[in-house]
Amino acid sequence: MEVNGYYFNDGKAEKEEDAPEKPPEEKELSGGGREDAVAESSGGGVPRERLASHSRTRQRIDSLKKNRPPFPWFGMDIGGTLVKLVYFEPKDITAEEEQEEVENLKSIRRYLTSNVAYGSTGIRDVHLELKDLTLCGRKGNLHFIRFPTQDMSVFLQMGRDKHFSSLHTTLCATGGGAYKFEPDFRTMADLQLHKLDELDCLVRGILYIDSVRFNGSSECYYFENPTDPDLCQKKPYNLENPYPLLLVNIGSGVSILAVYSKDNYKRVTGTSLGGGTFLGLCCLLTGCSTFEEALEMASHGDSTRVDKLVKDIYGGDYERFGLPGWAVASSFGNMMFKEKRESVGKEDLARATLVTITNNIGSITRMCALNENINRVVFVGNFLRINTLSMRLLAYAMDYWSKGQLKALFLEHEGYFGAVGALLELLNPSQL
Amino acid sequence: MAASGQMERSSHSMDKSIILPPDEIFRNLENAKRFAIDIGGSLTKLAYYSTVQHKVAKVRSFDHTGKEAVDEPLYEISVQEEVTARLHFIKFENAYIETCLDFIKDHLVNTETKVIKATGGGAYKFKDLIEKKLRLKVDKEDEMSCLIKGCNFVLKNIPHEAFVYVKHADPEFRFQTTQPDIFPYLLVNIGSGVSIVKVESEDKFERIGGSSIGGGTFWGLGALLTNTKVKFDELLQLASRGQHASVDMLVKDIYGGGYSCLGLTGDLIASSFGKSATEDREFSKADMAKSLLHMISNDIGQLACLYAKLHNLSRVYFGGFFIRGHPVTMHTITYSINFFTKGEVQALFLRHEGYLGAIGAFLKGAEEDNPNQYSWGENYAGSSGLMSVSPELYPMQRTRSGTFDMLEMDRLDRQLVNLPLLLDASSYIPDTVDLTEDAMAREYWLSCFEEALDGVVSRAVASQPDLTDAKERAEKFSQKYQHKLKTLRQQPFAYGSLTVRSLLDTREHCLNEFNFPDPYSKIKQMENDWALKFFHKVVKSLESLNWDERQFSLVKGLLAGNVFDWGAKAVSDILVTDPDFGFEEAKRQLQERPWLIDTYNKWIERLKGPPHKCALFFVDNSGIDIILGVFPLVRELLCRGTEVILASNSGPALNDVTYSELQILTERIAAMDSVIQSGVQKEQLILVQSGSSSPCLDLSRLDKGLATVVRERHTDLVIIEGMGRAIHTNFYAALSCESLKLAVIKNSWLADRFGGKIFSVVFKYEQPSK
Repeated sequence: MEVNGYYFNDGKAEKEEDAPEKPPEEKELSGGGREDAVAESSGGGVPRERLASHSRTRQRIDSLKKNRPPFPWFGMDIGGTLVKLVYFEPKDITAEEEQEEVENLKSIRRYLTSNVAYGSTGIRDVHLELKDLTLCGRKGNLHFIRFPTQDMSVFLQMGRDKHFSSLHTTLCATGGGAYKFEPDFRTMADLQLHKLDELDCLVRGILYIDSVRFNGSSECYYFENPTDPDLCQKKPYNLENPYPLLLVNIGSGVSILAVYSKDNYKRVTGTSLGGGTFLGLCCLLTGCSTFEEALEMASHGDSTRVDKLVKDIYGGDYERFGLPGWAVASSFGNMMFKEKRESVGKEDLARATLVTITNNIGSITRMCALNENINRVVFVGNFLRINTLSMRLLAYAMDYWSKGQLKALFLEHEGYFGAVGALLELLNPSQL
Repeated sequence: MAASGQMERSSHSMDKSIILPPDEIFRNLENAKRFAIDIGGSLTKLAYYSTVQHKVAKVRSFDHTGKEAVDEPLYEISVQEEVTARLHFIKFENAYIETCLDFIKDHLVNTETKVIKATGGGAYKFKDLIEKKLRLKVDKEDEMSCLIKGCNFVLKNIPHEAFVYVKHADPEFRFQTTQPDIFPYLLVNIGSGVSIVKVESEDKFERIGGSSIGGGTFWGLGALLTNTKVKFDELLQLASRGQHASVDMLVKDIYGGGYSCLGLTGDLIASSFGKSATEDREFSKADMAKSLLHMISNDIGQLACLYAKLHNLSRVYFGGFFIRGHPVTMHTITYSINFFTKGEVQALFLRHEGYLGAIGAFLKGAEEDNPNQYSWGENYAGSSGLMSVSPELYPMQRTRSGTFDMLEMDRLDRQLVNLPLLLDASSYIPDTVDLTEDAMAREYWLSCFEEALDGVVSRAVASQPDLTDAKERAEKFSQKYQHKLKTLRQQPFAYGSLTVRSLLDTREHCLNEFNFPDPYSKIKQMENDWALKFFHKVVKSLESLNWDERQFSLVKGLLAGNVFDWGAKAVSDILVTDPDFGFEEAKRQLQERPWLIDTYNKWIERLKGPPHKCALFFVDNSGIDIILGVFPLVRELLCRGTEVILASNSGPALNDVTYSELQILTERIAAMDSVIQSGVQKEQLILVQSGSSSPCLDLSRLDKGLATVVRERHTDLVIIEGMGRAIHTNFYAALSCESLKLAVIKNSWLADRFGGKIFSVVFKYEQPSK
């Protein structure tokens, strides 16, 4: 559960542009801090303005090239459970550039692009790589890397070992961890973080990735015939005219945003029952330790042995209230009884946990969609990674309970949009 | 989802060892009919309708035609048996169900009853047992419609039914005043799952949503996590000892120290159980239970708010076994609602939440009796009160009968409605001081009632000199009332807001329970007799005065008359020790003007203007008060051309004049006085019953007939007389017409509170602001 919705509308406001060589120090930091203070303490629907530098609207520098930040280009999103890192690998490096390129930079590039795993827990999602992307006039590939937030110290150690700070780059970071680990970045790796609002980054990242498409195919997709398991299949969706849009970000917790235009959105609500809850409960109930393990177990389980269904109580549908017999009446309801507790397997428990969390997100989302009068919902966040079960369940729930009025949409780069947004901020500060 | 289902089997092990105390628990079973039963996961709620034979003191006029017998009393008092209807509700643990059914079978005399209405998840399971034991056909009723029916019933009939829960506040319970219109509202029933129901009218309700994450999730998941075979209550207790922050990922865990500069509350939960996903260590059972409790409560609260917002509803009641009197869950739900609505919606709970299903099932079976056309009143003597079986709060109080919780409701003869002249019925609060909130006042009044108890007992015994068992019954009454006072000292919230009125009413209910229907009947008779003899003299002396003097004398007479009040301890002392304390004496005792509250001049100015169309006069005591105080003023009003409605109690309370007594008195006075006689004949003076049997006055629960007359006559003045009606209650009541509240403060503590001395006068004449 996080703070209730706030409203964002800063289309005209601009962040002060700092020369990339000069890390955006106190001015930006305090500005950013105050800005967020307003954001988080203000109530839903209260217009939010950027306090930082809005009075100092400077003419944008005409030439992107001249003010292009030096490599390396990173965007980082430090969440409660996972750190998401996007890295732009330039592929158009001229011989001249190559000559000038310092060794540290080269080594970082080589390290990141020649590996698919880093240390014991860092992973590059190769299948998500965006190829031949043009960013700020440079051509290259965008890489998507993640590692557990727990291993932040290892990451920082690596940054220190690779003398990252010598590159004088600006590290744009978003997510709560940008605040939590800022001192560590400074003291352990001699790096100054440029902290960014996570919802700004999220919205910006989504709109950008959708616009550049996923290596020629659609970034956005939906499930056709969601209520028919045999006919249900993944289909591309054109998100060209996306507004208004309900955006549900399922990370450790869940944030629900209503997006009215690229720079007008509000946080409607959130829930603490998110991906962290799924994994946390699975770890406690089954002894597993990773998301992958938990999902694998869930895929083999049967939640109806754990949950009490409507038909378990009424013998069939509860017609008076239009409840079908297969609907869950009480999540984990059968576990009130000792004999049933003893008869279920870990897989069943994992499945029930997944179904419980997913359905709950579905029903809160549906209520928000009704309250906001929005009929398209985009689900993102790393809870959905390799989690077709949940996606189908969400697609089904949206369709079934709204009698076909609500459409559930998904994006290929599930959990990386915050990090992409942070990268965009580095390249193009608050222009969008 | 509504169904609470069948729960842990161990709790059903039949316990036959208990012996039921019949005079305490299944009362009035002999005449019981129309049974209903609601069997939940762990508790069974039984309902039945019964008739109660109790004694009433009837007042009957002698035939005075012909001769005027000097030494003959004014009227005859006879104690008769009267039959009234009462609803009994008993809640007990499922373990006792067989014992209870046996007991009912053995004591049930009435054989008309053929069916028993049943609802709740366990109704099916126990169907055969019930049919076998009671030889009644089990007729199953839909759980949700029973719940809603029951909810409507308690909201309409029980004052202070709904409350908000405020942890750490004293008291934790803030009771709501009864709303004139209870609809629409949202009922969130948290059983094993959650049902969210929108109720729009008596018959119209709709399940607008729900959630599968409910009490069953807490219990089931909690049992898995703690790996123990626990009962629901035990799990809650475990949770209340835990620290959720060691399991949940909080905002500050994600933001580090940085959250403070964001203005964020770092303690907010970002991800429930988030730490167990990232930290490889053991978590304490209590901590996990607490985290689970927060997760579920917050989730339910959030959904409830979303539904309330979508349907634009601001009254949201929570019920179901997840809530059922548990301070822990009431707190977490309240917290969640406050958080998600930023205080715009309050989570409301119900005192009799556990009975809703049984009440509803009963009502379904009793439709031919038209229970909804009557008003009902909670009988304080026969009801256990809130938290009577809460193991969390008062583990030591679970005595033998403590495991049985009871609610009794009396059918009132007439329907009760709001006084049409209330300025704003929805904000009207009868009581001046809420003793639940005012600890000092509470202590004073509880002691005061305790000290007065011996006097009440001896008066009760004295009122029935011919009955040999009077002493024994009086002793039982004393014990019962003492026990109530003791309970109220510990749990002032047991019956809603504690007030002087509720203390007085509880005493009346207890007296009735032990067949002391009217301990003051003889005293009232004597006083009336005595005062009637002086009526003529008083009227004569008033007539000799000029207008100004007369008005003042009338008011003074009314106030002096009001000093004669056996309800006030100081006065009853004087009356017992000094029988010569007379009317003139009383006038001398009165405070000199300016009075403590003194708007007399304004009143006189008003009287110089045009006469009022019609005055409604709530009268107080018998004897001097009504005869020498009230009637001369009534006479004056009639002479001015103002119609007068005299409203008196329907049933006895202390020495207050009752409707039937007042009828005789009026007849007698009319015989002596032509003004009164002509008033009665021309129906310019009419008598109505208030619908109350209390020394205090609740203007939101008045006899429907009174309200009709008040409206028909275009009443433009309300006079309320006496401490009980004008000080303890209604002191702040705002009316839409002129009002006059007058009383003598016959209690030094109360006088002190008002900044005056004993026998200080309150004369509060008000005109509605235009």
